[in-house]
Amino acid sequence: MKSLFSEGPALGFRLTALLLASLLLMTLDHRYDRLEPVRSVLSVVVYPLRYLVHLPVILTDWSSESLVTRRSLTDENHRLRRQNLLLKTRSQRYAALEAENVRLRELLESSVELGDRVLAADVVAMELGSPTREMLLNKGSRHGVYRGQPIIDGNGVVGQVVHVNPISSTALLITDSSHALPVQVVRSGVRAVATGTGSGDALDLAYVAPNADVKPGDLIVTSGMDGRFPAGYPVGAVGEVSLDPNEPFARIRAQTSAKLGQIREVLLVWTTEPKDGRGTPPAERVVQR
Amino acid sequence: MSARVADGVLIIAATFFLALFLAVLPLPEWAAAWRPAWVAMVLVYWCMALPERVGVGTGWLIGLLLDALHATPLGQNAAALAIAAYVTAKNYRRLRLFPVVQQALWVGLMISVNALLTWWVRGIRGLEADPGYYWLPVLTSMLLWPWVFLVLSEARRRYAAP
Repeated sequence: MKSLFSEGPALGFRLTALLLASLLLMTLDHRYDRLEPVRSVLSVVVYPLRYLVHLPVILTDWSSESLVTRRSLTDENHRLRRQNLLLKTRSQRYAALEAENVRLRELLESSVELGDRVLAADVVAMELGSPTREMLLNKGSRHGVYRGQPIIDGNGVVGQVVHVNPISSTALLITDSSHALPVQVVRSGVRAVATGTGSGDALDLAYVAPNADVKPGDLIVTSGMDGRFPAGYPVGAVGEVSLDPNEPFARIRAQTSAKLGQIREVLLVWTTEPKDGRGTPPAERVVQR
Repeated sequence: MSARVADGVLIIAATFFLALFLAVLPLPEWAAAWRPAWVAMVLVYWCMALPERVGVGTGWLIGLLLDALHATPLGQNAAALAIAAYVTAKNYRRLRLFPVVQQALWVGLMISVNALLTWWVRGIRGLEADPGYYWLPVLTSMLLWPWVFLVLSEARRRYAAP
């Protein structure tokens, strides 16, 4: 047994040292963004815990897949085949349109940016109850994921990658209160910035003039002005528009088209060619649009 | 003796692991705001019960892991838990004599320190949040403390040095 009074001053000294270390860490992390390697090591350390939390979901998925009757499998197969046919037909039309688009763009001597590369990832954990809205994905730098990478799902834009480690990555959702996304209203071409509200699936459209042509129900898509998100992916639909002539900007709420609370799988998108440098926005892209 | 010390380390690590597990367990949106500060509770218990084994350094390291789990700036939870560990380890003899209700108030105070620090850091980063997000965990942690205390003392009596 140690003496009761032996660690009085030592304890205080240790606390001071550790508090200073925390302050240094926080500053380096927040202001200078220098701690990605440390964070990535720590994330790998806690990944088993994350995996354990996610295990029930994996088990239910596995059991619901392996414990089904032959009948329901054939039914599902039928349904999927029909859906596949439908999608194929639609994509044929899309291919024709794409070719036409390329030709028109060539006529206009504008750049061609089509055919994004994607990678499917599972959502391992989701943090929705707090003001931060983040999710953990099971793909990391080993799979080529980089910081700032856009994330979409079948319905629309989901978010972007903020931290990467070799085996997993953390993504910020577009509804996080610190997230902003340049968007465009499809019908009228009005540009805006969609900022997260931190609650539900709601977005705020900021910096829209009170007389701008925006109506409830309008579809909004990414504008590609940030050079990070590819242009033309659906973001959501305009909900309510309240105009106050005394305010410099209109107050517009929008609803995300991706159901962010229920996502299980997402797609990571590579927009730029690898030779452009990963994650760095190519400057000419913004100018050409 | 050495086997017993190893056991103690094992049970301490296991309880911290469980606390971290509960801290990231997905909850429905309405319940997540009420999530108790499990890690802070476990830390306060061990600092009170075995201050020569669990102290400021342990608190700081566990806090760093919590930061990695929650994607908060590295060092935020670490600093908060180091402070809680320090104050608790300083007063452990008094705390052991407190009735459990008074201990619960102490736990609430420790978690308030954490909440205050989180609030400041978020303020500095320019992020706003519902005040309930910070203060509801204080309430639920205080309410749950008697049971946490019971379970942990039982675990300590059985597996670690008394």
